[in-house]
Amino acid sequence: MKIRIKKKILEQNEDFASANRKFFKRNNILCINMISSPGSGKTTILEKTAKALKNKINLAIIEGDLYTQLDAERILATGVQAIQIETKGACHLIAEQITKTIHKLNTDRLDIIVIENVGNLVCPSDFDLGETLRAVVLSTAEGDDKCRKYPGSFAQADVLLINKTDIIKHLDFDIKKIKRDARKLNKDLKIFEISAKTTAGMDKWFNWLLKVKRQ
Amino acid sequence: MHEAMVAENIIESILSQVSKRKGRVICVVMSCGQMNALNDEAMEFAFNAAAEGTICKGAKLKVKHIPLKAICRNCSKKFNYNLYEPQCPKCGKNDFEIGEDAPLLLEEIEFEEK
Repeated sequence: MKIRIKKKILEQNEDFASANRKFFKRNNILCINMISSPGSGKTTILEKTAKALKNKINLAIIEGDLYTQLDAERILATGVQAIQIETKGACHLIAEQITKTIHKLNTDRLDIIVIENVGNLVCPSDFDLGETLRAVVLSTAEGDDKCRKYPGSFAQADVLLINKTDIIKHLDFDIKKIKRDARKLNKDLKIFEISAKTTAGMDKWFNWLLKVKRQ
Repeated sequence: MHEAMVAENIIESILSQVSKRKGRVICVVMSCGQMNALNDEAMEFAFNAAAEGTICKGAKLKVKHIPLKAICRNCSKKFNYNLYEPQCPKCGKNDFEIGEDAPLLLEEIEFEEK
């Protein structure tokens, strides 16, 4: 005997994601889910963002890693609130973890929450966290073929940050190619070329954050 | 390995909807889109592990891959997006719009005939 079901497999995650989305909307918080490979520079981008914007807006960072509190400690050192989620081996964050974590944050007059997902260009893209926007980071050292190889992460993003542009002269990285491939998957993708180390190009990213926060 | 969580969700979903009296599950059909990056072998492995000790133990898992539709902005040709050759099969241009990818769906459960 066969039974037709047609049920979303990740429904439970979607229920938590939808509760998170309502929470962000009700509290007028912009939430960004930041996804990338390990080592692309997400935490450095967020450190620099925290330093640049902490006197202009109320910002909080949720850090996701398999193990350690290292990233949350780096953010806390900038004076911005941060909470670490240790997944203890899981390769992505799920919406329920975010639901539990946002209640530990001081969300009074909070403008932006950035969730730094576990470093992984595959698994996190299937799990909606209830975010307002999704950002994907690609560092130049990873190579300019990554949009083709990991299409899911790029197709579902609103923003692409191409990081480590300061070392591009040492690499065979074709920035035009990656932008072309990314826009093929996602015509409305907003792209920033930055170096979190030197902060080159980051003003545009900061201004964009301030602009979307107001919307 | 996000397949592990997908497998756990499938089993939980089956157990929450189906009474044990219906008997043993022999086949489960699921579907996914092109962007889910779901690997069939990893999915089968994870499903078998999650099914252990439940009415789904030993069931076969079938994974249907739903194509991702695209439309060419140059010649209006509708086609299935190809990850390997992302271009219009008619005019060869790569100026196209892709549709919404299929979600992960539990499609069908088959029970052993009593």
